[in-house]
Amino acid sequence: MLATVALALAACHNDNQASSAQWASTVLPAHDAPGFATIQRGLYLVRAGDCASCHTANNGAPFAGGHPVLTPFGIIYSTNITPDEDTGIGKWSETDLYRAMHTGLDRQKNHLYPAMPYVWYTKVTPDDVRAIKAYLDTLKPVRQVNRKPELPWPMSDRSVMGAWNKMYFNEGTFAPDARKSAAWNRGAYLVEGLGHCGACHTDPNFAGAPTGKPLHGGLLVGSFAPSLAGGLRDGLGGWTAPEIVEYLKSGSNDKTAAAGAMAEVIANSTQHLSDSDLADIATYLKDMPAPTSKSDKTDLAQNTRSLGAAVYVDNCAACHMDNGQGQPQVFPQLKGSSAVQAAKAETMIRVVLAGAGIPATTSKPTGLKMPAFNEKLDDDQIAAVVSYIRNAWGNHASFVSAGDVAKMRTNLRKKGSE
Amino acid sequence: MATKLPEVDVVLIGFGLTASILAQELTEAGLQVLALERGGFRDTVPDFSTTTIQDELRYAVRNGLFEEPERETLTFRNSMDQTALPMRHLGSFLPAAGVGGAAVHWNGQHWRFLPSDFTIRSHYEKRYGKNFIPENMTIQDWGVTYDDLEPYYDRFDYLNGVSGHAGNINGAIQPGGNPFEGPRKRGYPNPPLKRSAATVLFDKAAKENGFNPFPCPASNASQPYKNIYGVQMGACTYCGYCEWFGCGNYSKASPQTTILPVLLKKSSFSYRTQCEVTRINLDSTGKKATGVTYVDAQGREFVQPARIVISCAFAQHNVHMLLLSKIGQPYDPVANTGVVGRNYAYQITSSVDVFTNENLNPFMGAGALGQAIDEFNGDNFDHSALGFVGGGYIALWSTGGRPILQHYLPRDTPKRGAGWKKGMQENYLKACSIATHGSVMSYRDSYLDLDPTYRDVYGNPLLRMTFDYHKNEHDMSNFLTDKATLIAKAMKPRSYHAKPREGHYSIIPYQTTHNTGGTAMGDDPKTSVVNRYLQCWDVPNVFVVGSSVFPQNAGYNPTGTVGALAFWAADAIRNLYMKNPGPLVQA
Repeated sequence: MLATVALALAACHNDNQASSAQWASTVLPAHDAPGFATIQRGLYLVRAGDCASCHTANNGAPFAGGHPVLTPFGIIYSTNITPDEDTGIGKWSETDLYRAMHTGLDRQKNHLYPAMPYVWYTKVTPDDVRAIKAYLDTLKPVRQVNRKPELPWPMSDRSVMGAWNKMYFNEGTFAPDARKSAAWNRGAYLVEGLGHCGACHTDPNFAGAPTGKPLHGGLLVGSFAPSLAGGLRDGLGGWTAPEIVEYLKSGSNDKTAAAGAMAEVIANSTQHLSDSDLADIATYLKDMPAPTSKSDKTDLAQNTRSLGAAVYVDNCAACHMDNGQGQPQVFPQLKGSSAVQAAKAETMIRVVLAGAGIPATTSKPTGLKMPAFNEKLDDDQIAAVVSYIRNAWGNHASFVSAGDVAKMRTNLRKKGSE
Repeated sequence: MATKLPEVDVVLIGFGLTASILAQELTEAGLQVLALERGGFRDTVPDFSTTTIQDELRYAVRNGLFEEPERETLTFRNSMDQTALPMRHLGSFLPAAGVGGAAVHWNGQHWRFLPSDFTIRSHYEKRYGKNFIPENMTIQDWGVTYDDLEPYYDRFDYLNGVSGHAGNINGAIQPGGNPFEGPRKRGYPNPPLKRSAATVLFDKAAKENGFNPFPCPASNASQPYKNIYGVQMGACTYCGYCEWFGCGNYSKASPQTTILPVLLKKSSFSYRTQCEVTRINLDSTGKKATGVTYVDAQGREFVQPARIVISCAFAQHNVHMLLLSKIGQPYDPVANTGVVGRNYAYQITSSVDVFTNENLNPFMGAGALGQAIDEFNGDNFDHSALGFVGGGYIALWSTGGRPILQHYLPRDTPKRGAGWKKGMQENYLKACSIATHGSVMSYRDSYLDLDPTYRDVYGNPLLRMTFDYHKNEHDMSNFLTDKATLIAKAMKPRSYHAKPREGHYSIIPYQTTHNTGGTAMGDDPKTSVVNRYLQCWDVPNVFVVGSSVFPQNAGYNPTGTVGALAFWAADAIRNLYMKNPGPLVQA
């Protein structure tokens, strides 16, 4: 890997200069100061892009950055995107912002790390970026110096992104597919662009690049974002379009409820999207075919099944009920659940260890929480109950080991882990 | 030197049930509201998580969720010829500290008072003659009627997701419900809780005696429920850890499960915990409140100005607040003058333990899972030959079978050792108890005032409680115990024994947390502290909400009426007071 990077470093220096030359001539045309309608549209797009989830730290000033983003390589802290001139982006022009979102370069033409999802935001049109800038300009300027990322060499040298971009980044504005409907294209624009769903739901490679099958599930640090393709068992194959819309708008539907990172996405982003946009996202997602699935039927060892069943009765059945049917709209159903039967079990293990909170949205404000079982159950018990749940009541998915649980306990203790 | 803070529209003393209702309703009306709570913040997860809450030692024995007498207590005596002494341990009643108040650890037994309860004096005088009520029994009409409150009872029912079976819908008696209850405009929001083996036996035995048993109304949701504010509750799991515990299942109605998810998101609402209000401050005229003084956890004093002050502390704490703040004339029992502290009352209870042949699985329980009869409550029966005022319900509650405190043993069982273990083995699964829950009237010599000797950590005199049962209450309670015994016999048990309430009132054994009175509501400022809208006669921008406004106590748990009155007062503030600040009733 290091050899590749070294070669790429040599190459990218030249690339940078080429880019600079290119940028010298590409400046967004000037226009009148944006009106209220543009600013409102910018607010909507900032919500669609979920900027707040990264750029607003817990208990932090809005958009002032400082939120630790946990990557496989270390922690990157989000930056201050308030209009403060010294520590924020107060001096940035529309062109500067477009450069960042479209090409992954900051105002000084340094590379951004792809934790800032320019890989996806590249698709956003200049007009939409303009509206986003108009909204960001209205934010209260906050003086907060950006924290340096905590990354090992060579990742600590931003110029390695030049090579990374060459290999993994397809710069370019969204181009509609003429064979598809307007609704599909709007859905595609949102999912592949501002929504940056693939940043979690597409499996990353060793370099953190989304090279897996698009939206077929992604393993992150401490969780697994499930497949959004048409798999009946572990994807959205069994969901209707209205169920997808309800989930994104309210945080839950009859089938399941959001937890963890997705709860934040719904609370900060998708609950604010229009019904029409949510419907278009659903149209796009439902268009993905079911992958040819290999059966994951496993024959659990009898003792695991009975230990798991016993743990389930004692700890889970009160809310999730005897047959895993849950209490619709309150405590998620586990039987037949695509979240439970996701290809990888990381999220399920995490939920049992650390608990989970359904997002509090305008339409469902309660924000029901599941408690953490990390102190009550040991690794064997959690492995048994997760394996049981993934294979009970007609469910079928890979089972987990006590070692998997131990690994997640370690993950949860990492700095930056929520 | 106290720090003066920016003014708010409304300051609430306490952040329990009544404060949560008022905060939600008044912020909806556009007011900016601040709640000051002496305890800490608590939420379903993590504080009542199902992983940790079913800990009887921590919560039921060591009082994990209650107020601490080391910080806040009162002095107690039965009668005026005694010296009151500080209550150093909780016993008879269990007030809370912390956000959500006692509505976190209550059982959820949720009742409406009877129509006749609200006009008790005029009703008794009309039916039994003016001489029926003894001279020292200071009971009085409330100044509101059941009909006034019905829409607010309804609102509280639907806030809490009460599980029950209505007995009287718009005058039409419903089979299977309480035939004696006041008319309601619609049924309960949730069906009744599932029955326990014990309540099935009680139901049959009660019917054999010609009574009309019905499922007790429960603020434990029998199914998933979305309430009037869009807040969602889960279905009760019958875990048997209800009273004195928080619910980790989102099934017991409390501010956390019914109001706070929407209230806490409002920018017009804020709260401060570990801040104890010590005074309502008045201006130089003494007729207008300027706000409150409070002390935070570091002992720093603050003055919080407000346009409206609402005392939402627990019952007797409201009385204490008014006495310390010199609002209203303190009651003098000898001279029979004054009103603040007058008409303190409580509840009188008894039981009959029943040892059955059938296996009852008592560990399956819910706080308000019960079956009751109301034949002997209020004035549902003819008192002429009986010579007492009042009554109560008789119920078999299946609230749980917790290992340390919740079991019944025959009277002759040894208190320890092999004999005790044998008694437990033979009886744990096959025992239950029929409870009677009786009214307590108000008397000249049952009252609250300030103690002359003992002070709290802030140097303020403690509240002094002077209270005992009178012959009226004993006669009434014994009458109920006899009726309960009839039902016990009809359950055809192995054995039973009655446990009547005897002798003086003692604050040591737990009975109920149904303290009432001291800031009575009414039509006449000579016998009440607040008017029908719970507004202080003397200081019109001060309201008092809670069971301290009851002129006497009825034969039901108070919370249903406390909640209804909170909604009623909120409506009065929104629709009457805000339009025209000042006295809402001309005395």
